[in-house]
Amino acid sequence: MESTGMDWAAIQTVVWTLVKILVLVVPLMLGVAYLTYAERKIIGWMQVRIGPNRVGFQGLLQPIADAVKLMMKEIIIPSGASRGLFILGPILAIAPALAAWAVIPFTDSLVLSNINAGLLYVMAITSMGVYGVIIAGWASNSKYAFLGAMRSAAQIVSYEIAMGFALVGVLMAAQSLNLTDIVHGQSGGLLHWYFIPLFPLFLVYLIAGVAETNRAPFDVAEGESEIVAGFHVEYSGMAFAVFFLAEYANMILVAALCTVMFLGGWLSPVSFLPDGIVWWLLKTAFVLFLFLWFRATFPRYRYDQIMRLGWKVFIPITLVWIIFAGAMMQTQYGYLFH
Amino acid sequence: MTYTTAIFYFFAAILVFAGLRVITARNPVHAALYLVLAFFTAAGLWMLLEAEFLAITLVLVYVGAVMVLFLFVVMMLDINLEKLRQGFWDYLPVAGFIAALLMIEMALILGSRHFGLDVIGAPPPHPADYSNTKELGRVLYTEYVYAFELAAVILLVAIVAAIALTLRRRKDSKYIDPAQQVRVKRGDRLRIVKMQSTPKAGRGESGE
Repeated sequence: MESTGMDWAAIQTVVWTLVKILVLVVPLMLGVAYLTYAERKIIGWMQVRIGPNRVGFQGLLQPIADAVKLMMKEIIIPSGASRGLFILGPILAIAPALAAWAVIPFTDSLVLSNINAGLLYVMAITSMGVYGVIIAGWASNSKYAFLGAMRSAAQIVSYEIAMGFALVGVLMAAQSLNLTDIVHGQSGGLLHWYFIPLFPLFLVYLIAGVAETNRAPFDVAEGESEIVAGFHVEYSGMAFAVFFLAEYANMILVAALCTVMFLGGWLSPVSFLPDGIVWWLLKTAFVLFLFLWFRATFPRYRYDQIMRLGWKVFIPITLVWIIFAGAMMQTQYGYLFH
Repeated sequence: MTYTTAIFYFFAAILVFAGLRVITARNPVHAALYLVLAFFTAAGLWMLLEAEFLAITLVLVYVGAVMVLFLFVVMMLDINLEKLRQGFWDYLPVAGFIAALLMIEMALILGSRHFGLDVIGAPPPHPADYSNTKELGRVLYTEYVYAFELAAVILLVAIVAAIALTLRRRKDSKYIDPAQQVRVKRGDRLRIVKMQSTPKAGRGESGE
């Protein structure tokens, strides 16, 4: 009898967790859909165009129409492709992009899983994302796709190191790997947010985040003018849409991590306004706006320049600043770095 | 069977299967991907042991970086497995003997006589606020600091050696210094020539 009671409790936990995951993923997917709309509108505005304006009021239904179109399309599997891996590619691209959200805190209490090693978990899970690209590129059995996969693999591995070091600075300042504690460490208004003492690391993290998500100006993995569409050139319909979803979910993830680690998460910038999820959303939206702005502004990096920037500029900057911050923490000015 | 035991057997079964496929898969890329699965599953098992730092680091380092480079290389090489498998049956007796020897050695040491639950009991579960990361950090930088630093220095030597071995100045390399590229001025690339835009009198009319 007792064991059935245990089982019931376990089932309840599982169902409740599933509900929570659903509550997290559905708004995320909607966010992805409207991020594409925002991207087209904002870049249109920056390039003095109108952007989508036909489907629904001001084109607001455009993402829905796009989704329906992609779902109706046929998924073509090339005859020379490695069938199983070809289908596994997009799945492996989106799974880490969603799984990493489990530890992102939205407010003090609104987090799916408040674990001790949250920062490490995020780094580990996001490092898995590259497999989707590599497997897709290899399984397609196409030169362009393979070139895209190779570029992506080298690029992501290089920038992950700089990204990891930037996060080491954050965990030194917060003295915790728990993301909620990291936000708490920044309480006390705008001047206590980590982007001020760790400004170089913040910049490195932001730029490495753009590179990690294969966004312009680091989008050599797709590079439509040189290798057609890179790793997803053979994908069509929903399989392509999953890659697309993964890219945008990753963008929102990097923006959210930036918010949590450098911009004070849900904390209000001034003391007379209350903290709340509104701030979290505003800050994330701001970082996302930067992503779109970059895309509208910068031409694509050449491949060797990307490698040089990652290895010869970012990694030395982060190393020097970690040592500098660590040394400063031992002096009387240490409070500035906590 | 408790929930954790069920999870353990689930992960263990996947790990054994993945391990087997690493050596039996015909395609080297598939083999490498099974190795990735094996690492990931092993990380899951370590998580069950409350060693979350090691588990996550295994995923971060081995799955996220080492295996990506491994795949990178395996995908670029044209490995002919048929050639590699030549002489499999010739080597089988020697290999089988060594494998059996290893099995016996391990069975002698790792059997339940020395490591059974009655000899070494299951460790008591840690409270929820126990941080594996903190504990490991404390031990690494206090008790084992010399060993840790030594390992770091050895790794550094390995890095320097690997770079030194492959470093060579190529004469045909078209290396461009980006700093120079950035500093380029219009005058270095462009020459503006002044010339008359209107056709000279006489030649213009002659065409008509």
